[in-house]
Amino acid sequence: MKKNGLVPKQVDIVTGEKKRFAFKPKALLVHLLLLALVFINIFPLYWMVTFSLKNNDEILGYSTKVKVMEEVVDAETGEVTMVEKEKRVQVLPNHVGLPKHWEWSNYTEAMKTGNMGQYFLNSLVVTVLAITITMIASFMATYAMTRLVWKGRKTMNKFFMLGLTIPIHAAIVPVYVMLSRLGLLNTYSALIFPYAAFALAMGILISSGFMGEIPYDLDEAAFLDGCGVWGIFVRVIAPLMMPAIATVGIYTFLQCWNELLFATVFVSSGKYRTLPVGVQQLFGQYTTRWGPIGAALTIATLPTLIAYVFLSKRIQDSFIAGAVKG
Amino acid sequence: MKRTLSYKLNIFLFLLPALILFVGILIAPIVMSAYYSFHDFNSIASKSMSFVWLDNYKELFSRTLVNAETGKTFVNDKFMGDALVNSLILAALSVFIQLPIALALALKLSKHITGERFYLSIFFMPVLISTVIIGRLWMNIYDPGKAGILNAGLKALGIDQWLFPWITKHITSSKLQFTGQWTGFKETALIAAFIPILWQYVGYHMLLMYAGIRGVPAELLEAAKLDGCRDGQVNRYIIIPYIKPILKVSVIFAVTGSLKSFDLIYTLMKDTTKAELPSTLMYKLLFLHNRYGLGSAIAVILIVLCFIFALLISLAFRDRGEKVS
Repeated sequence: MKKNGLVPKQVDIVTGEKKRFAFKPKALLVHLLLLALVFINIFPLYWMVTFSLKNNDEILGYSTKVKVMEEVVDAETGEVTMVEKEKRVQVLPNHVGLPKHWEWSNYTEAMKTGNMGQYFLNSLVVTVLAITITMIASFMATYAMTRLVWKGRKTMNKFFMLGLTIPIHAAIVPVYVMLSRLGLLNTYSALIFPYAAFALAMGILISSGFMGEIPYDLDEAAFLDGCGVWGIFVRVIAPLMMPAIATVGIYTFLQCWNELLFATVFVSSGKYRTLPVGVQQLFGQYTTRWGPIGAALTIATLPTLIAYVFLSKRIQDSFIAGAVKG
Repeated sequence: MKRTLSYKLNIFLFLLPALILFVGILIAPIVMSAYYSFHDFNSIASKSMSFVWLDNYKELFSRTLVNAETGKTFVNDKFMGDALVNSLILAALSVFIQLPIALALALKLSKHITGERFYLSIFFMPVLISTVIIGRLWMNIYDPGKAGILNAGLKALGIDQWLFPWITKHITSSKLQFTGQWTGFKETALIAAFIPILWQYVGYHMLLMYAGIRGVPAELLEAAKLDGCRDGQVNRYIIIPYIKPILKVSVIFAVTGSLKSFDLIYTLMKDTTKAELPSTLMYKLLFLHNRYGLGSAIAVILIVLCFIFALLISLAFRDRGEKVS
């Protein structure tokens, strides 16, 4: 039922019956349950950020010697004297609390030794270029399939939609062989083009939805003004596809930014390594040092989360557009 | 105008970039994968391959897999079989545990409860985080050492006292004592892998279903209320049948996603053999043992399975005449 200010909440609109409680224990229970889920969702991230700022002693706990003054009673005289003694004390790990010493050096270490800055930049280059290519290719193809007139356009669309179900694993050996014969392994291109190819189907799917909403009269008007198909595409359609740019962009961004399999296989040199592989690598380097690992995880996660804070509705919408129209 | 719009060269030029990418990097490689899977192909450099019929497929399901360079056996079990079973278990867990939770959340949140957007945004958040990060984060959560938060929590509550011996006795088949190595035992590793998957993707399915429920026409719901339907009945007889197409998409994503799953297992465990999936086995065969033919065979099996499951699920969700509209 729609929220309606005129009807008091405790009266059922349909039956007119007065409900006995305005305050419902059941609703409270639901909220408690939901809040528990919120906690489960947030806690691992909170924990990640806190251990990224702790040193190993705090994370693992440690034992230390502490000087303690102890009373010693002399057996003969009964005299009490204070004697300084060393005692071994077990300090428990600080699992859930905030760090006691904020260990910012973990971050500098992850950036310097872990090279996270470089990987971050690589991820950015690969992702931005892949998004651009996906966008251009899918807009052009969508234009051809929705606004140009030819026989096989429905079939062609179905053909592209095959891409939605094909797992990326399927292509890995042949693409690897192809890249290695072309000498393209360990370059940005080794990731950019495969990423664009695998994002294409979704790009076309999303942009078909958007392009279908642009009125055909506009094409006609532009045509009468002397535009050819290219003119219509560049001057009329492209500027009206701005919302689609955001949707396709967000979807492709997340796919590329987080991709691991291709990034591990096609790029082995650190120079072009992307963020997910970098994080993975760091674990090999620091098996026992949790702080820098946590810092690397946080560095890789924060940008997306910050973007999400500002764009949550947009981001959610692009996921919905991707699935519902399929 | 029509003549301009159906000018063949322009159509071709507009399609060209997409076609090059799509055919060059998706379609042709799949054909090549199928081709490789029938060949003995053990080195990228050599161009000679011998045609071996179905030998790769047979070897995959046999007891031994062999490294191409050393000739040594590295797996002594029915591994591809195990991997497939594992991925099917994951798929079943996703469909029968993850999706009902997502549906329950979506149904609840779509009823205009206070804080709806807040809950929605928080539950969806893990979807955006890289699976690599999630795998590594959960690896730390499961850590059997002092720092692992799960075991620390169990210890603090005193649960480990009886839980661990119970697992050793009833769950694990090996003689080793279970002391919290969640990813170290075959019997617990798959569940340990499922929990982060659940954690990450519940929000995704919830969002899709929520969007679907929001698309249910308000008049339909009002009519049902006027006819005296209670909330549960509205959910069951109106909303769920109405969002069937979205449920179908969710089931397809959950099943094919489980079949394809690689990132999480690969990053969550140092030793993936405890919860081997087709894709992790494929990775090993390809890049640790140089068995490109065998790896391609797995790729082909995966593609075929993905298509078959997508088809079966679509058939299962087909309307049987009882349309709601």
